[in-house]
Amino acid sequence: MRHVYPFSAIVGQAEMKRALLIAAVDPGVGGVMIFGDRGTGKSTAVRAMPALLPAMPVVVGCRYGCDPSANGLRCSECRDRESSGERLRSHRAAVPVVDLPLGATEDRVVGALDLERALARGEKAFEPGLLARANRGFLYVDEVNLLEDHLVDLLLDVAASGENVVEREGLSLRHPARFVLVGSGNPEEGELRPQLLDRFGLSVEVTTPTDLDERVEIVRRRDAFDHDPAGLVARFEHADDQVRRRIVQARKRVTTVDMPDAVLRRASELCLALGTDGLRGELTLLRAARALAALEGHRTVTDAEVRAVAASALRHRLRRNPLDDTGSTARCERALAELFGPAS
Amino acid sequence: MTPVVAPRRTVAELAGAAAAALAVDPRGAGGVRLHGPAGPPRDAWLSALHAMLPPVTPFLRLPASVTLDRLLGGLDLTATLASGRPNFERGLLSRADGGIVCVLMAERLSTALAGPIAACIDTGMAEVERDGFTDRSPAGFGLILLDEGEPDEAPPPSALLERVGLHLDLATLAGAVDFSTASAAEVLAARGRLAAVEVRDADRNAMVATAAQLGVASIRAPLAALRVARCFAALDSRTQLNGEDLALAAALVILPRATRWPEPEPESGEEAPPPEPQPGPDDDVSPGELGDRVVESVRAIVPPGLLELAKDAALRSRVEHRHRSGAEVKSQRHGRPSGNKAGDPRRARVDLLATLRAAAPWQRVRKGGGPGARLVIRRDDLRVRRLVSKVGTTVIFVVDASGSSALQRLGEAKGAVETLLAESYVRRDRVALISFRGTRAEVVVPPTRSLTRARRLLASVVGGGGTPLAAAIEVARELAVTVRRGGGTPLMVFLTDARANVRRDGSGGRPDAEREAGEAARTVAVEQLGAILIDTSPRPSPFARQLTALMNGTYQPLPVADASRVASVVRQAVEG
Repeated sequence: MRHVYPFSAIVGQAEMKRALLIAAVDPGVGGVMIFGDRGTGKSTAVRAMPALLPAMPVVVGCRYGCDPSANGLRCSECRDRESSGERLRSHRAAVPVVDLPLGATEDRVVGALDLERALARGEKAFEPGLLARANRGFLYVDEVNLLEDHLVDLLLDVAASGENVVEREGLSLRHPARFVLVGSGNPEEGELRPQLLDRFGLSVEVTTPTDLDERVEIVRRRDAFDHDPAGLVARFEHADDQVRRRIVQARKRVTTVDMPDAVLRRASELCLALGTDGLRGELTLLRAARALAALEGHRTVTDAEVRAVAASALRHRLRRNPLDDTGSTARCERALAELFGPAS
Repeated sequence: MTPVVAPRRTVAELAGAAAAALAVDPRGAGGVRLHGPAGPPRDAWLSALHAMLPPVTPFLRLPASVTLDRLLGGLDLTATLASGRPNFERGLLSRADGGIVCVLMAERLSTALAGPIAACIDTGMAEVERDGFTDRSPAGFGLILLDEGEPDEAPPPSALLERVGLHLDLATLAGAVDFSTASAAEVLAARGRLAAVEVRDADRNAMVATAAQLGVASIRAPLAALRVARCFAALDSRTQLNGEDLALAAALVILPRATRWPEPEPESGEEAPPPEPQPGPDDDVSPGELGDRVVESVRAIVPPGLLELAKDAALRSRVEHRHRSGAEVKSQRHGRPSGNKAGDPRRARVDLLATLRAAAPWQRVRKGGGPGARLVIRRDDLRVRRLVSKVGTTVIFVVDASGSSALQRLGEAKGAVETLLAESYVRRDRVALISFRGTRAEVVVPPTRSLTRARRLLASVVGGGGTPLAAAIEVARELAVTVRRGGGTPLMVFLTDARANVRRDGSGGRPDAEREAGEAARTVAVEQLGAILIDTSPRPSPFARQLTALMNGTYQPLPVADASRVASVVRQAVEG
């Protein structure tokens, strides 16, 4: 079996890890975009997610991984089975983290006519694509800025609506496709259109650590993984277990976390001060702060959580000012310092 | 580990060592970037590598123009037609498992192809989701990037440069050099010993510190260097790394990526330093000190010429243009093919092969078994080519920084560059800036789309001195030609009063300077490059008008130029 580098073994990169955990607790924050230099562990972190996520109940035999709970979303196939009197059985399955390979064609992403069945039996059947496989999980697109625009548009549309609408090759159907879109890319190789960027809930920037000890530790762990993957996985199993427990607890807690009016007002002030366009930034900011509070075991959201997620939730929504070359992260920091006082 | 006492290596010996490391552990080393023209040295290196590899090793040559479906695989047309059911054919990358993939003219490889290759290097698997197929197959290989790029051209895709550990420059060699350092049998034996080679904490610390001292940010570099060092130990039948392994690996992996150069050492440090006996184990020594020793050892073993080269590159890397050339737009009629899509053949070119592919699986059904029937193609099967062409006009500002009014003009030019850059974010244009004064013209801002970078470079431009117009036109023309070669459309914008008074050789004299400027202007017309001359003299100057005519350009007198008017003139030229 292939071993995957454990999430807890990733050195540093706190902001990226936090954003991914927030998305795991509340998929509603709407996707994570990771910008950063090469070799900073972007892909490693996302590919480590499956091991962290607790298994979920899935309808047996459903090709879209439908949720068997009473109020869960059903695909048309599950609805048909239910209305014909069948009792849907469920089993536990791993949360899908689907890696969209570069060079994937649209038919495999969206799904297409099942050629085998069409030819052998003359049936018009749908062969689900990667969007179906990613339902209720994560869809990861490395180098999203290099992906063809029409595919990026499509992914963002589906991610926002939670439904894949297929109209091709004489097929006409729709199926649930709720997933957290995680993109990564290196802005030096081409920027993402601002209107696409805005549709990612959180955006994080990762940089190569400059601290020598930290770098040595990264190389040491990577080396250890290359030589004895099972050993390293075992070493961090306990840490990963703890993260998993935190996610499970936070998911239970997140809907009941209290959001005081004072915090709401602060968030609005912050968005006004930064001049972010639209309400999306503010909503994401609050959702992310709430998820973070849940992760940390708090019952109430405080300024501390808002502050911690502000840069991730807002930096990609700032208007560009050609005459001010301050980075958007620095602008966020400045506004935060003005509003909340200097960073502790 | 003390600084090593080791013979100084020649470029050929270093290249030979790189070939041996690649032969022992192609995946671990990642691969090699082989810079330099096609010729005997490069052929000799490749055949030396060939001779070191076990005989059955796959060795795949990939032209930079390879298509995505050949690379990754897709519907197999012949088999599908023959069997009447969809058949998948694996791509080239899957055939290279355990071997070498060699990309010809890697500087021409598009990022769309680089992505999937990089993913293979990372995971050792080719993962394909194409044409209705899902396929995973092992595809672990070492990558050779044959880079024939000129220094001013865009380098191979950075996603790949980052992942190939070894960087070699053979440009300084001539003739058929002997690169062989190990036999195939020795390589095979070393492969068997590789797993037993131990990397100690001190080795790791030393390599990480070396990378830090030479300003190499990516963590992949020290990782690759350690793997390369292990190959050397395995070849030498050792289970521990020694200083020479580390120094060689650093010279091949870290040194070529250097962006910084530590303080020069006293001359005595250059020659083989006396070996100081180390009393305790290396664990007592700080990583920084270990790094110093490796850097020192690297100094001791690489030829001085190479050292200078790396130093230059490190200094230049701050100015080097790392951006790939212009964005690509989809176009219906022209450009290079980039896949296909279902579409109407009346509005775009038909992709015959793709159309056949789409129709192939259906043939048995459509023909209803009738023998001798021809292909049945329906409208749904029609596929048209998706074409992309590079656009992104690159606006090259050529700014007269001479004389007293320079400051004013420079201010305007800077303002115009910034305004256009802000717009270019939407339009995907690039901007460059050449300034000329005194005796020469220089490229201050290489073509860029990055506002931050341009602003930083702009700030360093100062004014004053004579007007070397001929030199300016020449530098601009060269840059414009380079831009065009990269697929972009250059547009030169001169902001000058055209009072040429410095000749190309730096000497003064108005008549000669004007004659030379005229000659240079004519070459612009010959190359058919777009040019605008914005005359900034108080009264329109006849010579400026004449010069513009020679360039076959657009003349625009603008005695009181301001940034927004300059920008709007350029905008019209770009959009009109």
